[in-house]
Amino acid sequence: MSMKSVLRSRHGGLLVLALVLALLPLVLPNAFYMDVAIRIALNAIVVIALNLLMGYTGQISLGHAGFFGLGAYASAALTTHFNWPPMAALAAGAAATGLLAFALARPVLKLKGHTLAMATLGLGIIISIVINNESQWTGGPDGIAVPAFTLLGLDVAGENTWYAVTAALLLLMTWLALNLIDSPVGRALQAIHGSEIAARVAGVDTTRYKVRVFVLSAIVASIAGSISAHYVGFITPGMAGFFHSIELVTMVVVGGMASVFGSIIGAALLTVLPQLLQTFEGWEVVVFGVILMGTMIFLPKGLVPSIAQRIRARRARHIKGR
Amino acid sequence: MFKKTIIAAALSLIAITASAADPIRIGSVLSVSGPAAFLGDPELKTLQLYVEKINAEGGVLGRKLELVHYDDGSEASKANSFAKRLIESDKVDILIGGTTTGATMAIAPLVERASLPFISLAGAVVVIDPVKKWVFKTPHTDRMAAEKVFEDMKKRGISKVGLLSETSGFGASGRKETQAVAAKYGITLVADETYGPKDTDITAQLTRIKNTAGVQAVFVFGLGQGPAVVTKNYGQLGMTSVPMYQSHGVASDEYLKLSGKAADGVRLPTPSLLIANALPAGDAQKAIVTGYDKSYRDRFKVEPSTFGGYALDALNLSVDAIKRAGSTDREKVRAALESTKGFVGTTGVFNMSATDHMGLDLSAFRMVEVKNGDWQLVK
Amino acid sequence: MLAQFLQFLYSGMTVGSAYALAALGFTIIYNTSGVINFAQGEFIMLGGMLAALLSAGGVPLPLAIIAAVLVTGVVGLVMEKAVIEPAQNAQVVTLIIITIGASLTIRGLVQIAFGKGTHSLAAFSGDTPIQFLGASLLPQSLWVLGVTLAIVAALAWFFGRTLLGKAMLATSHNKLAAQLVGINTRRVLLLSFGLAALLGALGGILVAPITYTSYDAGIMLGLKGFVAAVLGGLGGGVGAIAGGLILGIAEAMTAGYISSSYKDAVPFVLILLILFFMPRGLFGAKVSERV
Repeated sequence: MSMKSVLRSRHGGLLVLALVLALLPLVLPNAFYMDVAIRIALNAIVVIALNLLMGYTGQISLGHAGFFGLGAYASAALTTHFNWPPMAALAAGAAATGLLAFALARPVLKLKGHTLAMATLGLGIIISIVINNESQWTGGPDGIAVPAFTLLGLDVAGENTWYAVTAALLLLMTWLALNLIDSPVGRALQAIHGSEIAARVAGVDTTRYKVRVFVLSAIVASIAGSISAHYVGFITPGMAGFFHSIELVTMVVVGGMASVFGSIIGAALLTVLPQLLQTFEGWEVVVFGVILMGTMIFLPKGLVPSIAQRIRARRARHIKGR
Repeated sequence: MFKKTIIAAALSLIAITASAADPIRIGSVLSVSGPAAFLGDPELKTLQLYVEKINAEGGVLGRKLELVHYDDGSEASKANSFAKRLIESDKVDILIGGTTTGATMAIAPLVERASLPFISLAGAVVVIDPVKKWVFKTPHTDRMAAEKVFEDMKKRGISKVGLLSETSGFGASGRKETQAVAAKYGITLVADETYGPKDTDITAQLTRIKNTAGVQAVFVFGLGQGPAVVTKNYGQLGMTSVPMYQSHGVASDEYLKLSGKAADGVRLPTPSLLIANALPAGDAQKAIVTGYDKSYRDRFKVEPSTFGGYALDALNLSVDAIKRAGSTDREKVRAALESTKGFVGTTGVFNMSATDHMGLDLSAFRMVEVKNGDWQLVK
Repeated sequence: MLAQFLQFLYSGMTVGSAYALAALGFTIIYNTSGVINFAQGEFIMLGGMLAALLSAGGVPLPLAIIAAVLVTGVVGLVMEKAVIEPAQNAQVVTLIIITIGASLTIRGLVQIAFGKGTHSLAAFSGDTPIQFLGASLLPQSLWVLGVTLAIVAALAWFFGRTLLGKAMLATSHNKLAAQLVGINTRRVLLLSFGLAALLGALGGILVAPITYTSYDAGIMLGLKGFVAAVLGGLGGGVGAIAGGLILGIAEAMTAGYISSSYKDAVPFVLILLILFFMPRGLFGAKVSERV
C-alpha cells in the first residue's frame, strides 16, 4: 500500500485529520492557542452536521444556533438550578432538542428555498427570545455561569484536557459523517439534493430522510452547545441568536458545501479570522464583509471543493500532456 | 576598584534601561462593535487618549504604558477568548474592560484563575456582589441608580410607580434591582412593562402604563436610543403630567437632542461629568471632570460620554495602584487597589475595601432634571 | 377601551408601514433575480442616516432627502454590478452569504464614517400629535402611510404601463423568455437593485423622524421587512403592504394586550404559522414545479 493509495482511500482524510490533531498541541505555544483550537473543534462538529443538512440534503437552515443554544442552556440550567450531573443534563438537552426538531421537521421541511430559510430563521429567533426572557431559569440577557463538567467524579478542566475531549469528538463526528455519506443513506440524501422529485420517483422516502438528517443535525448542535457551555463556563443568549446562525451557515458555505473536510476548514478559518482581524482596528466588520463577498464570488463552491477541482483539472491536463 | 565601579555602573545602567524599556502592559477587552458599541467606543477612545497623555508625561514608575486592546463585538464568548489571549499570549499586567456584564462575567473566572487584577466597566451589581478577589469595577451599580431615583421619588411623595425596562442586559438587570429595592423606599411597582432596544414605537406599552390605576410616576430603565423613543412617545400620548424618571443610561446630551421638548421635567441620576461646567467651584470632582470634558472634546470633537468616564477612572485607579505598589507585582497591585481611599474620579470618589470592590456610594450620583433642553442639578 | 385599542392600532399601522416599505424592496429584488437581499435593511438605514446627517449639517430638508435617496440608489447599483452580477449563477445560499457580506460592509463603512451614535430627522410637518377618536397619532405616521400607498400606486403604474416596468415584470416571470424577446435582463437586474435601494432609502427617511436612525438601524428593520415580504407571498406591492401592516398591528396588539416582552417573537411565530398552513404566503401565486 503506497502512501498515495492510503491517502486516496476512504480513511485517508480521517488519518490525516487524526495526525494533525495529535501533533497540534506540540506546536501550539500557549493555552490561548489551545483555546482557539478547542473552539474550532466545537464549531467544526456543528458545521459538519449542518453541512449534512445543507450540502448533502440541500436544505437551508438559518436557525441552527437555536439548537446549539438549547443544548447550552439545558446544561446550564439543569446543573445550576437542579444540581443534575452534567452528563445527564447534556443528554436531556439533546433529547429535548431532538424532540423539538422532530415535532417541527415535517411542516418545516415541506418548504423550500427562501420559505424554508425564513421558517428556520424564525425558529432560531423565537428560541433566542425565549432564552432572553425567561431569566429565572436562564439568567436573562446578562447570561449564566456554567459549572465545570464532571465525568465519573473528575472535573474536566484546563485547556489540555478539553483539547483531548473535543479533538476526540471531532474525529468521531468526522468518521460518522464520512460513513453516513458513503452508505445507502448518504446516496439517498444526495439523490434528494439532486432532484427531490426524481428521488421520490426512484422510491426514496424523501420526507423520512430529510426529517432524520434535520433531527440528527439538531441533536449534534445541542451536544456541541452543551460542551461549549461547560468549556467557556459562562453563556449568554447571543449564542442562540441570528448572528451565530449566520456564522455557522457561512462556515459551511465558505468551507465547501457537501464536503466534510471543507466544514472543518471553514470552521477553522472563520473562528481564527476575528482574531486576525483585530489588527484592522475599527475596520474588522468591513474587512470581514469584503472577505465573505470575495470568497463567494471567486470560489462559489467553497474552498475545499474549488481547490480540489483545480487540483483535478491540473492533474487531468498533466495526464493529457503526457 | 575603579574597574569594579565602572562595571557596576554599566550593569545598573543596563538594568535601568532594560526595565525602563519594558512597558507596563494594560490589556483591554471592550465592545467596540455590535449592540454595545456606543458604550465601548468612547471607552476605547478614552483609554487610548489617556495612555498617550500619561506616556507623554513620563509614564509610570519610569516605564511607558502599552495598551493592548481587543474588540469582543458585544459577545461574551469572544470576550472570554480575548481575555485568554491577553493573559496567555500578551502577558498583560492588568486588565480593564468587560463593557457588558455578560462579557465581565465571562472574563471573571479567567482572571481569578490567573491571579490578574481586573477592573470591569460593567454596570450590574452582580460583578462585585459577591466580591471576587481579583475583580473590581468603576461604574455605579444599577441598584444604586434605582435607589437614587427612589430616594428622590420618596421626597416628592410618590409611592406608586410604573416600570418600563429594556430587554437588554442593562435594562433586565436594572429591572431586577429596582424590584428588589422598591419596598425599602415604600414604593410599589404597579406596572411592569418591557421594550426592545431597537423598538421603533413604544406607545402600546406606555398606553398600558397610562391606564394603570393610581400610577404616580414612570421609571424607565434603558440605554441609548430606546429611552429617547419612550420619551417622544410619552409626549405624543400626553403623559407629561406624570413625572418620568430615567436611569443613568441616558446621561448624555444625545438624549436631549433626540427627545426634544418631551424631555422637559425628566429626572435622572448621573455622574457629575454630565454637568461638569455647572459644578460649584469647591466640588471635589470639578477639576477632573472639566479636564476630561475639555481633553475629550479637543481630541474627538464630540461630548465625552459617562461610559468613557468609567474607563478613565479604571485607568487612573490602575496607575495609582501600580504607583503605590511600587511595581506591577500582581498581588501588590491588587492589594493597593483594594486599599484605595478618597480617590477622585469622574464617576465619583472611590473608597475601596476588602468587602467593597467598587467603592462608590449614592453621593457619586447627582440628581438632575431637564429644564428647557438642558441639565439642572436638583437640590 | 376603544381609545386604548385605537392607540394600539395606530402604533401598529405606523410600524407596519415601515415594515411594508422594507418588504417592497425585498419583493422587487426577489422577483427579478430570485435573490434574498439581506442588505435591504442597510439601504433603509443609509437613507435615514444620510438625510439626518445632511440635514444636521445645514442642508434644507427637501434637498437632503433627494440627495440621500439618490446616493443610496447609486449604492444599490454599485452593489449589483460589483457583487451580484459576477455571482449570477450561484446557489441560493451563496447569494445569501454575498448579500450578508454586502450588508456587513455597508454597515461597517457607515460605522467608521459616521460613528455609533443615534441621529434624528426633523418631522416633515411638525411634532404635534393629532387626536383622532380618542387616541393620538403623529403627523409623521400619516406621511409614512400616505407615501407608502402613493408608492404602491406609482409602482402599479410603472409595472403596468411603462415599457421598462413591463420588461422588469417579464424578467421576473421568466428570465429566458424575456431574453428571447430582446429584453436586456442584465440591465433589468441592475435597475431592480437601484429601485429597491431607492425605495428602501425613502422608507428609512420617512420613519427616521419617528424611530431615529443609527448605523445598526437596518438590522431589525431588514429582518422584519423580510418576514413581512414572505408573509405577503413575495409576490407584489399588495402582498408587501398587507404583510407589513399585519405584522405591525399584530406586534402592537401583542404588546398591548398580552405581553410586551414577547412582542418581538410575534413576527416569527406568525410567519411559522402562515408558512405551515399557507406555504406560498398570503398573496403568493401558486407555482407549479416543472420536473
